Amino acid sequence: MWQFLHKMASPKYFYDISGKWIPWLGGLTVITLLAGLYYGLVKAPPDYQQGESYRIMFIHVPSAWMSMFIYVLMAMWSGINLIWNIKLADVMTVSSASLGASFTLLALVTGSLWGKPMWGAWWVWDARLTSELILLFLYLGYIALVSAIEDRRTAARAGGVLILVGVVNIPIIHYSVEWWNTLHQGPTVTKFDKPSIHLSMLIPLLIMAVSFKLYYLTVVLMRARTEVLDRERRSAWVRELFGAKPAS
Amino acid sequence: MLQAFNAMMKRDLLLAFRHRGELANPLLFFFMIVTLFPLGVSPEVVLLRKIAPGVIWIAALLAALFSLESLFRSDFEDGALEQMLLSPQPLSVLVLAKVLAHWLVSGLPMLLLAPLLGLLLAMPERAIAALELTLAIGTPLLSLIGAIGVALTVGLRRGGVLLTLLIMPLYIPVLIFATNAVTAAAAGMPIAGQIYFLASLLVLALTLAPLAIAAALRISVS
Amino acid sequence: MPSPKPTNTKPLLTVVDLECIRGDNLLFSGLNFSLYEGQLMQVEGANGSGKTSLLRILAGLSRSSEGQVLWDGEDILKQRAVYFAQVAYLGHTLGVKTDLSPLENLKIALALASIPFDEVAVFRALELTGLAGKEDVPARSLSAGQKQRVALARLLVCPAKLWIMDEPFTALDVSGVSLVRDLLENHLQRGNMAVLTSHQAVEVRGDVVRVNLSDG
Repeated sequence: MWQFLHKMASPKYFYDISGKWIPWLGGLTVITLLAGLYYGLVKAPPDYQQGESYRIMFIHVPSAWMSMFIYVLMAMWSGINLIWNIKLADVMTVSSASLGASFTLLALVTGSLWGKPMWGAWWVWDARLTSELILLFLYLGYIALVSAIEDRRTAARAGGVLILVGVVNIPIIHYSVEWWNTLHQGPTVTKFDKPSIHLSMLIPLLIMAVSFKLYYLTVVLMRARTEVLDRERRSAWVRELFGAKPAS
Repeated sequence: MLQAFNAMMKRDLLLAFRHRGELANPLLFFFMIVTLFPLGVSPEVVLLRKIAPGVIWIAALLAALFSLESLFRSDFEDGALEQMLLSPQPLSVLVLAKVLAHWLVSGLPMLLLAPLLGLLLAMPERAIAALELTLAIGTPLLSLIGAIGVALTVGLRRGGVLLTLLIMPLYIPVLIFATNAVTAAAAGMPIAGQIYFLASLLVLALTLAPLAIAAALRISVS
Repeated sequence: MPSPKPTNTKPLLTVVDLECIRGDNLLFSGLNFSLYEGQLMQVEGANGSGKTSLLRILAGLSRSSEGQVLWDGEDILKQRAVYFAQVAYLGHTLGVKTDLSPLENLKIALALASIPFDEVAVFRALELTGLAGKEDVPARSLSAGQKQRVALARLLVCPAKLWIMDEPFTALDVSGVSLVRDLLENHLQRGNMAVLTSHQAVEVRGDVVRVNLSDG
């Protein structure tokens, strides 16, 4: 296992193997996405309270999960990079950031769209939406910092420190916002807390969650490949790769 | 180690003293932001009293960021920061000394000014007492968290706005608990829970922030 | 590349396969050399060839993109406290606080190096560097050359095995240049080491090795 990881961390090996994985991952993404959407939008019964509008959940909830998941992943990679100085780890962090921010934005927009029929307003200072908004700020701060620093390695390391500080803070922020929310609005049942969700709705939700994860993997590998090529453009293997092409 | 801590702190206090004219700036900033609210919103006492905790705390937050921005700048420019990084002493101890010295000349005066601002916004006395308590715990927290952002942006031109982007989200828990404690105190409710929470955040920041600041400085000054 | 001299048993400072990339530029790669006790290394190369970057990597301020710097056989990044106690770095920015006097500057330098304050030694260092009578004036009012002398006095009061100096002769007058040369020769004679870059052709007597970054 350790050897495999070590091999994986070599840019050339990563470039080769990820090139083989991407088509499969991409294919699986499309299949699960179609299945999830079909079961979610067509097969699942309408909600007895919310009618058809609840179906936006199939996008909203997986996006919200992804937004957190990616941030934690980025923190892990940053830790690996800062401790063991593994270049591939910072490639993955940098490549994940805009994806994470996009999922966060998607969760916010779908949450807002869902809010309109639910609360009659586009934006309500609901605890989860507010947390999600702060998470978006954290992502944007990271992106701003990384793009402000010229040297890539320095940028990735600085961003790594910020992400780690952020990941310590996220539970604290989350808890404070929850607490603030109950204080100002009273313990209302939010639309996201389903005491029990019917199986016919749960299955499409889980399929969608898997699909989003696959999508993330596909795209992050594609981005990381480009980043690796760009960083390694002076090395022999990249020259060979592109030097050989016009000849063939 | 303690010796280096003391020397560093003394040095920064001495430097601050030699530039004592600049010490008032963040305080004036703090004062002016608070003054804008009655002018911009309404001078009505009931409303002012209601928004006072939030107003004063947001102003304190901005003033803290504003004054922190220069925490490492002169040391960065004249190379003293490099010498700090190359000291055999643990860097986290040295930066803690710097943050503490900075708080003594910028955070502590805010504590002294705050009751006056409370009076301007018609806060009741017990709320002013709570405000002081939250500022006493909260402003060192702001300095510690903010210093991480300053360390990350120290080598950058136009780091100021970026600093705000990085640090503001991290200030939110402090803001929430501090303003809530003051509001609760004004209504005559107990505030021990909020204070304990802030105090535990301070302990956490005291242990972790110096390490993050040190790591960030090593990366920024490379 | 300078050939390692087998007079001493083991080199103290060893550079292994060092590569440095700044932004999009490859400054140098595959750099190898060793430095033994009593040796001085003169780093040469055109502008932008990475002299300052190399010195910063050697000082432990920057990271190389590849390779290692070893001190006594171990990576310097793994033994920062040990390494920093034996190294003094004098860069483009001198690290002299202009709002403090030379004396105050030396006091803080001593505290950072955890060396007890010895008034006699400090005043002797200030005198040797030609700052006698200027001990208590703010460094702001000193000339560029005098500020550099404050930094040199810092090297004298904080004994270090290895001096890393980036352009130590700039801004100095004739007496300043000979002062630095004397300091360096004295330093080397006592079995210490130095790495420096310089545009001026200053002959330092002693065991001088050269490395040229422009050669690639």
